[in-house]
Amino acid sequence: MSNMAYQTYMTDELGPLPFCPGCGHERLLRELDKALVELQLDPTNVVIVSDIGCIGLADRYFTTNAFHGLHGRSLTYATGLKLGRPELTVIVLIGDGGCGIGGAHLLNAARRNVDLTLVVANNFNYGMTGGQHSVTTPSGGRTLTTPLGNIEGAMDICATAIGAGATWAFRGIGYDDGLAQRIVDGIRHPGFALLDIWELCTAYYLPRNDFNKKELYNLIESTGQEVGLLADKERPEFGAAYRQRAAEIPKGKPPIVIEPAFAHSLERQKGIVMAGGAGQKVKSAVTVLARAGMLSGLQATQKDDYPITIMTGHSLSEINLSPDPIEYTAIDSPDYFLVISEEGLKKTRSWIKRLAPSCRLYADDGLELPDTEARVTRLPLAPAAKEVGRLSNGVIALAAMLQEAAMFPMDAFEQAISRYQKPEIAETNLKAVKKGVELVS
Amino acid sequence: MPRQGIAMGLEFIEGNEAIVRGAIRAGCGFFAGYPITPASTILEYMLHLLPAEGGVAMQAEDEIASMGLCIGASMAGRKAMTATSGPGISLYSENIGLAIMGETPLVIVNVQRQGPATGSATKGAEGDIQFTRWVTSGGLPMIALSPATVGEAYELTFRAFNLSEQFRVPVIVLSNKEISLTQESVDLDAIELPPLVERRRPADGEKYQPHHFETPEQVPVLSDFGGEHVTQYTTSTHDKAGYLTADPGLIQEMIDHYTAKIEAATDDIALFRHDPQEDAETLVVSYGVTSRSAAMAVREARDRGKRVSSLTLQTLYPVPERAIKSAIDGVARIVVPEMNMGQYRLEIERLAPDGAEVIGVNKMNTTLISPDEIIAEGGLL
Repeated sequence: MSNMAYQTYMTDELGPLPFCPGCGHERLLRELDKALVELQLDPTNVVIVSDIGCIGLADRYFTTNAFHGLHGRSLTYATGLKLGRPELTVIVLIGDGGCGIGGAHLLNAARRNVDLTLVVANNFNYGMTGGQHSVTTPSGGRTLTTPLGNIEGAMDICATAIGAGATWAFRGIGYDDGLAQRIVDGIRHPGFALLDIWELCTAYYLPRNDFNKKELYNLIESTGQEVGLLADKERPEFGAAYRQRAAEIPKGKPPIVIEPAFAHSLERQKGIVMAGGAGQKVKSAVTVLARAGMLSGLQATQKDDYPITIMTGHSLSEINLSPDPIEYTAIDSPDYFLVISEEGLKKTRSWIKRLAPSCRLYADDGLELPDTEARVTRLPLAPAAKEVGRLSNGVIALAAMLQEAAMFPMDAFEQAISRYQKPEIAETNLKAVKKGVELVS
Repeated sequence: MPRQGIAMGLEFIEGNEAIVRGAIRAGCGFFAGYPITPASTILEYMLHLLPAEGGVAMQAEDEIASMGLCIGASMAGRKAMTATSGPGISLYSENIGLAIMGETPLVIVNVQRQGPATGSATKGAEGDIQFTRWVTSGGLPMIALSPATVGEAYELTFRAFNLSEQFRVPVIVLSNKEISLTQESVDLDAIELPPLVERRRPADGEKYQPHHFETPEQVPVLSDFGGEHVTQYTTSTHDKAGYLTADPGLIQEMIDHYTAKIEAATDDIALFRHDPQEDAETLVVSYGVTSRSAAMAVREARDRGKRVSSLTLQTLYPVPERAIKSAIDGVARIVVPEMNMGQYRLEIERLAPDGAEVIGVNKMNTTLISPDEIIAEGGLL
């Protein structure tokens, strides 16, 4: 022992530990100190993350790094610290209260298997705030907030964590021998390790209940919970697995930068709306048009609207093309409006009624349009798409519109398709362009 | 008549991608987020792009965990970011307080959507402006930047990282579905960025206190967890060494410090564009996506012979008071268009001289405020 570099990881600079006489926390912390001495870790590489509650007073009595955050959230800070700097040894001290309010984090830390050690100082009530009941208060237990006796059941922290995937879990009594060694084992476990340590709260739980040290074992038994090492499994540690996979993946593709190669004829911003149905590739057809415009030196914006259940209902895309930077992106008065399906019509029926005479409306000829002042061109999109290829309605309609609008050369549209779409899709869409042109020629 | 196009390369990307690219450009090394429209694509881009950059991106179990993970990672030395929308910001609230208390650099993107509550998940709004200012208990100053375009989303995210490191605070980027999910043609490479600010760490062998300052406005250097120094971090009132204190004098000293480090730098943090017109009687003050409509409204009014000035704010908090007062000086009417029921107007009203009329143009029905609405309701003609 004497030739060890670190003989203790605790400091008495702040005076004695602040716990009530007989409280289990002090012994638990001394055992943690022994465990750290056994491991001889560099204190700058150890973080004790403490939760809110009496146990949250502990971290500053250690000579390691200390992180004391919000109630129930200690596991989230610990996970961030460990993933941010994998060489850290991160030990979390939490009470039974923290396991309740932070239940979601407990489940996910167990499931995720980041290399953390969670020590629960479990004394069945909230010691810091007056002895209210917690998720581990046994049935029938008396606390400040269970004047009728606890009617709720107690949570088995180990079983809960193991059920969620914890790879290492131990339950014991804070007064047992060998606790330091169990903590060492937990810290050495390469993954999430949980120690559920049952203790006495001499300020609140003990006086309110007929209870003593010896009763702790009976209490565990009476709740049907088990003691000892309850899980010791191997599963890839999250951080290590992440880093290994991340090292294997290639850098992302470089961004698509579009250099103008064609001329355009626009004097002002034009707004185009296309209304179709789910699965009709409305969004991607309109993006190709935007890119074609950009190939012709135009600026573009695109907004899409569709239901949250994306495989149903409408798909609506709004695009602006402009020779100048685009400021207002909403299209209050469309210049071109394309309706390619029943779902699209349903969504835009009231809008179509309001269209101005200056608007060109291209609509599938099977649709029953409402009265509108827009100049209507009917297109046999369904048979045309059948001929060219499924899902080509949008590109056919856009090509027809572009042929008449002559905003920029059809070559630009074709180039945008062949450059920016997958070859098999481009092949169909290039045919769709020819078809669209043919429909209005 | 055919016109030759603009001779430059453009990308066609949405605001959320620009935010992610700005973050990576700023050296973001950690991201955690929880899916929520319209911020989810930030999480998706991060999950795809960050691993290859040597960073870690992960989906958290909830928004509270998103913040906790980022605070932990930041204190371990990573530049960290998270992103969410209204309901998520509500859950971020408590941890934003912790980040202020612990002086943690962190970037938080709020892609605003129509609220309150679930509201219209896929529709835009700017309803979180005052919520951003008073987002956590204690009411200490916040830094918040509001982009108007996809290009600004890139630039201001980069700047948010700089500010977060420079001042050791969480910085909020106030986006809007209307920017984040709108694709725009943009040349990100043409955007001029300031020099990158790296975390100021203690010099080798220097004695370290996590919250050390000589004068209240000084920003302490920061030693990472796992760095050379043993360090303390606490949610509780503490002294410069990071130790718990109940001493009213020490507590006030820290509160003064958190306040002064931002307030003293208000002019340096202020980002705005002032477009004054001589003898203008009317000033339009705008921010975010609505400033694009405001610019058109101002041009239109000027074309029709009206004298109108414009002030566009990128920094919303700390309120760029000097810029606002200077722009207000001499005008009789101030028009403030907002996609909320008049939140930033409160800041303008308190800065406006007696007698100046402050007119809100307000709409919160998920649609953009149009230039025509600003002209009509703001009385620009």
